[in-house]
Amino acid sequence: MSKRNPEYDFAWCPGCGDFGVRRALQVALEAYSAEHEELQANNVVVAGIGCSGNMVHLVEGDQPFGIHGIHGRTLPIAFGVKQGNPKLNTVIVAGDGDFLSIGGEHLGPAANRNVNVTAVVMDNGVYGLTKGQSSPTTEFGKVTTSTPFGKIENPVSPLKLYMSIGVTYIASYYSSKPRVLATLIQEAMNHEGFSIVHVQSPCTTYNDTYDILKGNAKQGIKGVAFDIPEDHDPTSAEDANDLLSRPGVPLGVIFKKEGKTLQDRYEDLQAKAPKRTNDQLLDSYLLR
Amino acid sequence: MDKHDFVIRFAGEGGQGLVTSADALARAAAHAGYYVQTHSTFPSQIMGGPASSQVRISTTPVLSSGDGVDVLVALNQYAYDHHNEDLNPGGVTVYNAEEYDLPEGGKYFGIKADELAKSTGNARAANMVTIGAVAYLIDFKLEEIDVFITQRFTRGRPGDDEIIEANIKAVRLGVDVAKSTGFTVGQLQPAVAPDYQQIIITGNAALSMGAVAAGLNFYAGYPISPATTVLVWMENNLWGEGRFVHQVASEIEAINAILGAGFAGKKAMTATAGPGFSLMSEGLGLAWMAEIPLVVANVQRGGPATGLPTKSEQSDLYTCMHPAHGDIKMPVLAPGTIEECFYAGALATNWAERYQGPVILISEFGLAERGENIRRPDLSEISTESRTAVSEGDTGKRYDSWDGSTPLPGMPIPGGSGAYVANGSEHDEIGDTTHLPRHHVRLMERRFKKLGLLDGAHYEIENADADCIIMPWGSSKGPAREAYDRLREQGENVGWLYSVALNPLPEEVKTVLKSGKKIIVPELNYLGQWSSLLRMEGYNAESITQYTGLPFRPADLVARIGELIGAGVTA
Repeated sequence: MSKRNPEYDFAWCPGCGDFGVRRALQVALEAYSAEHEELQANNVVVAGIGCSGNMVHLVEGDQPFGIHGIHGRTLPIAFGVKQGNPKLNTVIVAGDGDFLSIGGEHLGPAANRNVNVTAVVMDNGVYGLTKGQSSPTTEFGKVTTSTPFGKIENPVSPLKLYMSIGVTYIASYYSSKPRVLATLIQEAMNHEGFSIVHVQSPCTTYNDTYDILKGNAKQGIKGVAFDIPEDHDPTSAEDANDLLSRPGVPLGVIFKKEGKTLQDRYEDLQAKAPKRTNDQLLDSYLLR
Repeated sequence: MDKHDFVIRFAGEGGQGLVTSADALARAAAHAGYYVQTHSTFPSQIMGGPASSQVRISTTPVLSSGDGVDVLVALNQYAYDHHNEDLNPGGVTVYNAEEYDLPEGGKYFGIKADELAKSTGNARAANMVTIGAVAYLIDFKLEEIDVFITQRFTRGRPGDDEIIEANIKAVRLGVDVAKSTGFTVGQLQPAVAPDYQQIIITGNAALSMGAVAAGLNFYAGYPISPATTVLVWMENNLWGEGRFVHQVASEIEAINAILGAGFAGKKAMTATAGPGFSLMSEGLGLAWMAEIPLVVANVQRGGPATGLPTKSEQSDLYTCMHPAHGDIKMPVLAPGTIEECFYAGALATNWAERYQGPVILISEFGLAERGENIRRPDLSEISTESRTAVSEGDTGKRYDSWDGSTPLPGMPIPGGSGAYVANGSEHDEIGDTTHLPRHHVRLMERRFKKLGLLDGAHYEIENADADCIIMPWGSSKGPAREAYDRLREQGENVGWLYSVALNPLPEEVKTVLKSGKKIIVPELNYLGQWSSLLRMEGYNAESITQYTGLPFRPADLVARIGELIGAGVTA
């Protein structure tokens, strides 16, 4: 599967939405690096656990650095990478289970900090790698291997959630048009602050939603994905909330707000903070 | 009667200035050239509740909080009832006569400190009245207290002089009360001040300072007793170019944040206690597997679960050594004194860099907030190690096989050459997931082989040819050493073995362990954790345990070690 590494033994199912997202990510990383005249090695891809997380091993050509960590912790790991070296372009790739269920506790703090990282969330509405269990975005009543008589929880509405906690860049798209998706990811990388590109990435094995998303004229199915109207102002929270009150999956930038990042705020504090050498620090304990 | 050592305990309720009083006496005594060690116990609540704070003052370095109390200051009836039994023969209690009365005829006297303080014109000088009474009882030079008062209250504000005068007067009023009772507990021998520069510092501050001295430049933490003061220390001090400190949302965030920072090239650390350490398990496993340098300090308290948040216990050793699922044995440093906290903080930071992986630094409640005067470390003697870098054109890969016969290959840093994936799944040379047996085998061996790089921690070996060898760890070192000294003075043939590094053990220490001699391990837990780990390695170790939430008393250890030695003789 990986052109660069024949020993790598992981494969997505044929038709998986993650192929399109991988393609978009690679295009976005290359374009971002070219735009900023940086090496690919200046990019760090922090992957979650699940089918989508394997994307970190599948970037071809010049390699970014990567972390394939533990389930649900992409946000705190990416926070550490970014604050460890603010010059690194830090991108998360995670699924809806990783990002919104086990990792959900980290969303609020990441938004409060406005940490300057980009998350590409692949939403397939199912736990695929463990073979078809209910996920946070699985709709109410759906039968899965872990909800044999129907899901009894309400699903999360990811875009509304991001909006409500103050994520400063929110885009929504699907995996079918990688070139367009790539421009959104690149724009998110360029956004100063916490940015999320939420991507509908169907699981062809356990939750094939291509027809639901895009429609199927032959079968008389009307797709739920819709282009965001031209007059939508993504800098307006009111517009964004209005848009999110509509049913369906909007395609494009929903919300974008400029403001200080965590690093900006940290540098403001640096000016106030004491600057003492280690010897001066130690001398503050001298017995006098 | 001349004495070289006194324990003075202030007992009452949290918020009554107990720690302030013990600290004031400690600083005055340290300034006069004595060695001091403070120790406090308090409930896990913001104000109130039974609490105590004591200081041990000695003409020689203080090893433990001692056996009993020479002067007890009991601010309420409850404090008297619960602490009076700790009074040494010849000891005296000073009680708060404004709060309660005791029947005539005991080894105690009442004092109305608030009333006397008011008469000086400064109602806030009540603790100085009490300190005056204590000073008289142990024949402590009043001039030294005057110096302390003058220094503490010279703050360049109007009214400083009046405050100083009132406090000095308060001390004299306390002296008069004590003198009128006719009690004394002895004369403190003159101090022989050390000829080196001293600092007075707590264990948590020393540990933090040590880590920073070795180049620590990233800290993420979450408040938890008794590790909170490490976070507070870092938030106050870890500033400047290239440094970052942040209070994150949980211990899970803390471990993963320092992992990301360690990957990005930082020397990163967090500090926590048992419950937080449990939450960090999975992240520690990732750091071990992906080989990311970082330091986790576990400042132990009583467990399990919420346990005893403000008490002393050494019951996290198993979890520190084996914190996560899978085949893992973490490097563990466990300092036993305040001075060792400083050097272990530095060494842990260096170890993480040297072997490119996580290091566990164990401290304890008994060290965390204890104040002690120690030699000021010479920072020019602290080495600052950095992971081997990867240069352009290096053909090596991040996860190449390594058998220990060559220097550990460099660690690529994002932004530079040698891009790889730091992977928690088993992986190939560049960090891509693989399930092939040969990769699991060669990297398992690499991860364990790297432990061989970790040396340089302090250890002590004395009288190793004795039949029985005492080997404490962590803060039990102090009381165990006092017990050892007393046993040796009585002619008992016991040996001494001590190592700050619990994994890997220094070769010299292993040599003693391998001799098959009986190793006696005093430790503050139920399971006898260190001795059982030693037995797992085939060593002949046995524990003396205590699980009261309090540190060992040297006298108890003398008795219990004596019993063990006796049993050996009859056998």
